[in-house]
Amino acid sequence: MSVVSLETQHRVEQFLYRQAEILDERMWDDWLALFTLEGHYWMPASPEQEVGEGQANIFYEDHYLMRVRIGRVNHPNAWSQYPPNRTGHVVSNVVVESEDAASGDLVVRSKFYVAEYRQDEQRFFAGKYRHDLVNTPEGYRISLQRVDIINAEGPFDYVLQYWI
Amino acid sequence: MAGATGIDNGFDVDALVEPDRVHRDCYADDAVFEREIRRIFHKSWIYVGHESQVPKAGDYATTVIGRQPVIMVRHQDRSIHVLYNRCPHRGAKLCSQRAGNVGGVFTCSYHSWQFKLDGKVRHIPIQSGYDNTRFNLDDPNFHMKPVARMEVYRGFVFASLTAAGPGLTDWLGTAIAGIDDMCDRAPEGEVEVVPTCFRMIQRSNWKIFLENQLDAVHPSITHASTGLAAQKVEVEMQAETGKPPPLSYHYISAFAMELDKWGALDVVGHPNGHCVLQGYMGLRPTDPDTLEYEEVMRKHYGAERTEEILDVNIHHLLVYPCLSIQSPLQQLRAVRPLATNKTLTEIWHFRLKGAPEPIYRRALDYFYLVNSPSTMINADDLHNFRKCQEGLESEGGDWVSFHRNAGQDRVVDGVATSIIGFSELPMRNQFQAWRDYMSAETDA
Repeated sequence: MSVVSLETQHRVEQFLYRQAEILDERMWDDWLALFTLEGHYWMPASPEQEVGEGQANIFYEDHYLMRVRIGRVNHPNAWSQYPPNRTGHVVSNVVVESEDAASGDLVVRSKFYVAEYRQDEQRFFAGKYRHDLVNTPEGYRISLQRVDIINAEGPFDYVLQYWI
Repeated sequence: MAGATGIDNGFDVDALVEPDRVHRDCYADDAVFEREIRRIFHKSWIYVGHESQVPKAGDYATTVIGRQPVIMVRHQDRSIHVLYNRCPHRGAKLCSQRAGNVGGVFTCSYHSWQFKLDGKVRHIPIQSGYDNTRFNLDDPNFHMKPVARMEVYRGFVFASLTAAGPGLTDWLGTAIAGIDDMCDRAPEGEVEVVPTCFRMIQRSNWKIFLENQLDAVHPSITHASTGLAAQKVEVEMQAETGKPPPLSYHYISAFAMELDKWGALDVVGHPNGHCVLQGYMGLRPTDPDTLEYEEVMRKHYGAERTEEILDVNIHHLLVYPCLSIQSPLQQLRAVRPLATNKTLTEIWHFRLKGAPEPIYRRALDYFYLVNSPSTMINADDLHNFRKCQEGLESEGGDWVSFHRNAGQDRVVDGVATSIIGFSELPMRNQFQAWRDYMSAETDA
């Protein structure tokens, strides 16, 4: 890990908290804006996986697939969104893994805990994030977000309707 | 939950299954479910796994046949064995992981009894103390128990817990074409499993899933939200990037095609409850990847045979009661009933041996979009399944309707073909087999 300035640590934590809030509040346009145009959201099917491309994943979505998912969730006939699921994210243990001195790009590790409520039932997901962040004039943008849930092997009682 | 027609009141198959409708107890009565486990899942051929899951000696994979935990293992002589996952000493399961390698022997974690890979006892740790007892290492009671029957067809391993009954290929009958279709599409004539298995729990009876698989009416209704969202992004992507969207978008946008097109598909009912949906999702386009693949196919099979193989238009095969196979996209879902209202599916996909990588990527894309735990397609199926189960447990009505095109199927040599894709033939065909299994004279 690398020791970064308090300001960088603060900025990156605020970014992660903001992402959690965007998911919990289902602010989909803001969600897309968190990623670079080539950025990917990736949830491997096992902790050993090293790349997402060409592998069986729980999630591996680029900008356009994320738009399909958003279009679906917002569609009035997305039957399994009646009732919609509701989530609460907590993000913590934020460690900057590396910082590019020239660009300010970061690799950041953190932990999450998510409660999801749907159809009278709650379930929980825990795991770790790894964010590859590009430092842009508009703020950080995600080029790759890796999400390892501790129960990646399942079995899954019901699907993950959208990102965790 | 026991209904009026359950076993408690004497099992009467005629009160449950009629030619064009079935009683809700088929889905919601615990006694009926128990009978299904014993008379269907413990008697029929059940898919265990693919032999490429266990390539090396000592490799094993565990699953269940009905309620019975089993191990599929590769022997040093390359043969495959399917054994009950139980130590004959005190009953402990021998393998507690879903897959792994035991080396040369199974060793019980409790008292270190050891077994060869064919299940025969090899060694027990303390040999003294058995004088003048009935303990005898030659007695099969002291070996791991093999399943009654095991057969492998083109790498697909099936087992039956009952010695009597038709052989695997006879039982598959004409439906064997679906397994052949998947394998023939490989230039080398074989498929190889991709080790990632997605496991999804459905809050519904196992039959609800199988009935949905060949239901050509539901996609444009159930999956409209995802299909239309994909269609919209297809158009936007073309406009924004100037490039056509990948074929994978078509897999999901096709779910929203007009109802009439689904009606143009054929559904076919084979003996023993197996069913096929014949139709084409446009998987033989003329892009460079497909053309390269077809060239490789011609090198292996010759031009004429290649055309024969690629002209097979099976979209979906049900091997009743245990499998849903999508051969042109190399997907497979194995059905494991857990309770009257709870079903596990084990979902696998395969590589076509000898095919170029982009052809695998198509199977992978479909696996992701339709079968992964984040699927935008099955999310709405599972929602419907659960609602069906909850409705069928109610007393708001006793019957499930399979009337559409009943009595209108064309039957030739025991194979029934629908006059329209919307026909509820697949459900009727499955229940014909269900009736036979459930009304058999005795349990296994």
